Amino acid sequence: MLKLLNSNRHSNNSIVEMQHIYKTFNKGSVNEVVLFTDFNLNISQGEFVSVVGSNGSGKTTMLNILCGTTEIDSGKIFLKGQDIGKMKEYQRAASIGRVFQNPAIGTCPSLTILENMSLADNKGSTFGLTPGINKRRIDFFRSQLELLKLGLEDKIDLLVGSLSGGQRQALALLISTMTPIELLILDEHTAALDPRSSETVMELTERIVREKKLTTLMVTHNLRYAVQYGDRLIMMHKGNSVIDVAGEDKNNYAVSDLLKIFNEISVECGN
Amino acid sequence: MDVFLSIFNNILEEGLIYGIMAMGVYISYSVLDFPDLSVDGTFPLGMCITAALITAGFNPFLSCIIAFICGAVAGCVTGLLHVKLDITNLLSGIITMMAMWSVNLVVTRGSAVLPYYNQPTIFTSGPIGILPEGLYTYRVVIIAALAVIVLKILLDMYLKTKSGLLLRAAGDNQQFVISISRDPGKMKIIGLAIGNGYTALAGSILSQQAESANINSGTGMVVMGLASVIIGLSIFGKVKIMKATTMVVLGAVVYKACLAIAMLLGLPTNFMKLLMAVIFTIALVSSNFMKKGRNKRHAETPEF
Ligand SMILES: Nc1ncnc2c1ncn2[C@@H]1O[C@H](COP(=O)(O)OP(=O)(O)OP(=O)(O)O)[C@@H](O)[C@H]1O
Ligand SMILES: [Mg+2]
Repeated sequence: MLKLLNSNRHSNNSIVEMQHIYKTFNKGSVNEVVLFTDFNLNISQGEFVSVVGSNGSGKTTMLNILCGTTEIDSGKIFLKGQDIGKMKEYQRAASIGRVFQNPAIGTCPSLTILENMSLADNKGSTFGLTPGINKRRIDFFRSQLELLKLGLEDKIDLLVGSLSGGQRQALALLISTMTPIELLILDEHTAALDPRSSETVMELTERIVREKKLTTLMVTHNLRYAVQYGDRLIMMHKGNSVIDVAGEDKNNYAVSDLLKIFNEISVECGN
Repeated sequence: MDVFLSIFNNILEEGLIYGIMAMGVYISYSVLDFPDLSVDGTFPLGMCITAALITAGFNPFLSCIIAFICGAVAGCVTGLLHVKLDITNLLSGIITMMAMWSVNLVVTRGSAVLPYYNQPTIFTSGPIGILPEGLYTYRVVIIAALAVIVLKILLDMYLKTKSGLLLRAAGDNQQFVISISRDPGKMKIIGLAIGNGYTALAGSILSQQAESANINSGTGMVVMGLASVIIGLSIFGKVKIMKATTMVVLGAVVYKACLAIAMLLGLPTNFMKLLMAVIFTIALVSSNFMKKGRNKRHAETPEF
């Protein structure tokens, strides 16, 4: 029954293509986890994809595979037609922006806001012996910070470590989208925030993604966000996408429907 | 009075020269968060290379530069072991430290001590000629202070460049460096090169003050460097206008002063290393203690 929910999506303007991905953790040991067997995913240019799924269904691993944090056993990964399977994580990062669940990962705590932004602003250029902070960019940084509506534009010399989690996450989102990227990856980036900050960061995400027309892959445990935001919805389960809908089909889903399917899957698996 | 003056002079001489090493250790330990044990090998490396070069008739200033470069290369070895071969940071340092022992013996052609009395050094040749007669007794302090100032300014300037900022980021949050599409491993290697370059340079300058090189001089350098860094940052950390590089140099001076006072009070020389260990422990414990206090007040000052 679940198979029917999958609309077979193949378009030739795919910006992300994951083909025949196989991944097993701790192969051959007692802790062996067979996660992906022949997993495929295509994402079109400009698409905003929300991904939901139970704990351990492979969402983070899928993102890690895309970013190069986790190596695959076999399969192919293309980004804008280029085979990136052999590239190192930091090389892939040239065209990928990523915000993590943990707000501490997206920024440097012992550097100031200005220093963090200056570093990020220089992504894609060389890091030589020229001044680390380009004074002429400060006004631009301030105008970017104003968009966050958190008052950070007046605090650019403050250490990032002294900001709250929500402030840091908003900054991380801003920083990761400041330079041109092909793909934005968000892994439960609102999960560590209180409801209000979470709402703010999610609205900010929507605005940035729409303004910059970013292709986005967002993992969330918040079913309402998954339904409300994004053009396409994927539900993962045990390394498979059990729901993959876009456009009209997606709009027909309500939070309650998702919740029902969620529970159905769990019952099917006997837990 | 003269005795005190000469002791004070002595503390400053050694404190400033070891302060150069402290700046190197600051880069690896504080900026990169890498406890680098290769320092025990690269400090005598600087000494031995300088002794060998000056004996062979090289210009003492050129010898300093060569010592720096050799130290930097040794630092790269530690970095490559850690980054490319995935060896833990402590073990990478130990491997280099061990290898340096043989390298140093090769440089000194097998002798543990290599004296070069009455050869030109940075304290007896070059610009020293313009120093007024009356200040000649203080020439070591003056030259060492000049060297510290120049090296400190260079390091401060580097830390403000794009590369320097990236180095600080690499010690702070590697994932951030990856996100901006840079290799954090490369930054570690650069940082270790600078750290050990400064250490070897300190060894070179100290050897020129003593006009000899001693293979055994490296023992305890890691502890001395770390203690200077931690003492400096703990005591002067509150001073807003002072740069961390200045703090660690002053830390080295304070550390040397502690040792000198202990000697004055009649501590037998044999207990020196024990005292160093005790001071280091106190410094570590008190800095942990202060860190905890600060974190409670929502980290305002830089972490170290
Ligand atoms: N490095 C690893 N070593 C071993 N097993 C791993 C590793 N990373 C992930 N796994 C396993 O792969 C499965 C999927 O994990 P993953 O983190 O991708 O799930 P997730 O969908 O992101 O879950 P969550 O919603 O809890 O974040 C889990 O069973 C996990 O135990
Ligand atoms: Mg996850």
